[in-house]
Amino acid sequence: MPLLRVSALHKYYGDNHVLKGVDLSIEEGEVVAIIGRSGSGKSTFLRTLNGLESISDGVIEVDGEYLDAARADLRSLRQKVGMVFQQFNLFPHLTVGENVMLAPQVVKKTSKAEARQLAHQMLERVGLGEKFDAYPDRLSGGQQQRVAIARALAMSPKVLLCDEITSALDPELVNEVLGVVRQLAKEGMTLIMVTHEMRFAREVGDKLVFMHQGKVHEMGNPREVFAAPQTPELANFIGAVAQVG
Amino acid sequence: MDFTLWDIVRNLLIGLQWTVLLSLVAFVCGGIAGLLLLVARISDSGLWRALARGYIELFQGTPLLMQLFMVFFGIALFGIDVSAWMAAAIALTLFTSAFLAEIWRGCVESIPRGQWEASGSLALSRLEQLRHVILPQALRIAIAPTVGFSVQVVKGTAVTSIIGFTELTKTGGMLANATFEPFLTYGLVALGYFILCYPLSLSARYLERRLHAPA
Amino acid sequence: MAYQFDFAPVLAQADLLLKGALFTLQLTVVGTVLGLAIGVLGAVVRAWRLRPFDALFGVYVELIRNTPFIVQLFFIFFGLPALGVRLTEWQAAVLAMVINLGAYSTEIIRAGIVAIPKGQLEAAAALAMSRFEAFRHVVLQPALAKVWPALSSQIVIVMLGSAVCSQIATEELSFAANFIQSRNFRAFETYLLTTLLYLVMAIVVRQLLAWLGQRLLMGRR
Repeated sequence: MPLLRVSALHKYYGDNHVLKGVDLSIEEGEVVAIIGRSGSGKSTFLRTLNGLESISDGVIEVDGEYLDAARADLRSLRQKVGMVFQQFNLFPHLTVGENVMLAPQVVKKTSKAEARQLAHQMLERVGLGEKFDAYPDRLSGGQQQRVAIARALAMSPKVLLCDEITSALDPELVNEVLGVVRQLAKEGMTLIMVTHEMRFAREVGDKLVFMHQGKVHEMGNPREVFAAPQTPELANFIGAVAQVG
Repeated sequence: MDFTLWDIVRNLLIGLQWTVLLSLVAFVCGGIAGLLLLVARISDSGLWRALARGYIELFQGTPLLMQLFMVFFGIALFGIDVSAWMAAAIALTLFTSAFLAEIWRGCVESIPRGQWEASGSLALSRLEQLRHVILPQALRIAIAPTVGFSVQVVKGTAVTSIIGFTELTKTGGMLANATFEPFLTYGLVALGYFILCYPLSLSARYLERRLHAPA
Repeated sequence: MAYQFDFAPVLAQADLLLKGALFTLQLTVVGTVLGLAIGVLGAVVRAWRLRPFDALFGVYVELIRNTPFIVQLFFIFFGLPALGVRLTEWQAAVLAMVINLGAYSTEIIRAGIVAIPKGQLEAAAALAMSRFEAFRHVVLQPALAKVWPALSSQIVIVMLGSAVCSQIATEELSFAANFIQSRNFRAFETYLLTTLLYLVMAIVVRQLLAWLGQRLLMGRR
């Protein structure tokens, strides 16, 4: 029984058919890397999974939550599906600790003391325990992103969505964030990552999804797929990325 | 005595004329004075800068009503019999000059430093820099907020009713007393100001969008 | 003929002036608290486009911003009795100030809300917070912090504008000045000192608001 299943997902932006029938099945504990050119719909697809983008047709099922074009219990869904953003989006008026504590207190009505303890735990987990009382603007990009991960983890999600979480980081800071993600994967977290980090996808991913023109164009084990892409589009994409990276 | 609606409106229109006239005088004279004040405010001389700054802070930090009283009673000290119109025009001019100078200073300061440096290295004097390079650019940015401030000037004329200048508010007050229709009369007075100010407000917003003025 | 300045008669009544100043401050505090409350409400209604209230607030804002405060005051004090609503000088003054500041702060705070980056809202949404929860915890404080200078400016403007309340016999600072100069015939000296008193008040209030903004809105930085 897959933890997350997407069936015949379509999305329109006005007349623009952005997602043209996506089907995907993800088991618990799987690490899925979604790659593709800009405009392939990969980020849009990721954002439908926690309801930040609405869907025009099709169904998403996650751990008993059911989303379609007509209905979605987003509050319930978002407690099971967490997200980390490219731009971190930490709350600048709150300390690091308060950032992590906020949602458990407000949404889950956790007591302040429990939330504080939870926040400490989460921050330790990403290696930033001592930054509890600092404000986000005092942290480096890599540290801020790790706080963002801790913030998402504090809600105990079943699935963590990562939307190009290292793309806005200076190169030397990328590894500290990937290190945390690697650890999460090892601990069994279900991860869906839109990423440009091919090496990471190959090393840590269980499944690689290549999106092209709004559909899943090719899918498979990352090591196999990178070694021998079945479609010319993927081959082109890997070639183009290899030239840059 | 019975008053028709037209009687009231007719008289209010006379008051409105004076409001418009006072606003124009204050805005034009205040603009000229404001320009001089601006030059002083950004001058190289510490003394002029301080004087200008003091003037601006005085007029921005005190009620217009008090400024009006000071002008009205101040001029009278010299034995000059000052009319309400004269005092109103002078006070509003001084008031306007301070605010416009500040607004324009903001616009000038938003001109990139490089413009000053380039024109300076071409051996232009400070006044020449202002005249040929800085102010023309600042002008474009200044249009929207200046038009926006004109609304404040029109609204400011209402205070002059207190020293007896027969502009719209004073006229309205007299009519309200005569007709025992304060609700209607003051309602019409408000409408009169609205008709003057709303187009100005809209223009200012439109200009702000069109000229992409920095905030 | 040289005029002899004589501040003594004015200074003799300094206690009246100070009492008037105190009343002006009281008026300002009450007007500010209630006015800002309306401002937050109006800003949310306008920013979230809650029909039909956003249009109503829109009309309210435009009416107030395009008419003089003194006319609003006179309308409330002299005009409303025709509808059976008779207010004391105090009530009318406070009401006028609240309505006035409410309109300006609606627009100012709305600008602050709209300026909050979309990413903040998305992060809050991704954390399963409702729109109201997101507003309360993620939007309101930063929005107010961002527009606090503009709001403070407006509060000072409203305080200075309260001088015209003397015209309906509200016993604030200008009223005290009017009273004093009508007795001692030293109009210029009286108003000069009163003006300076207003200036001091404006400076003090500005500082106070800046400090408040730091404490309440910026966190313990």
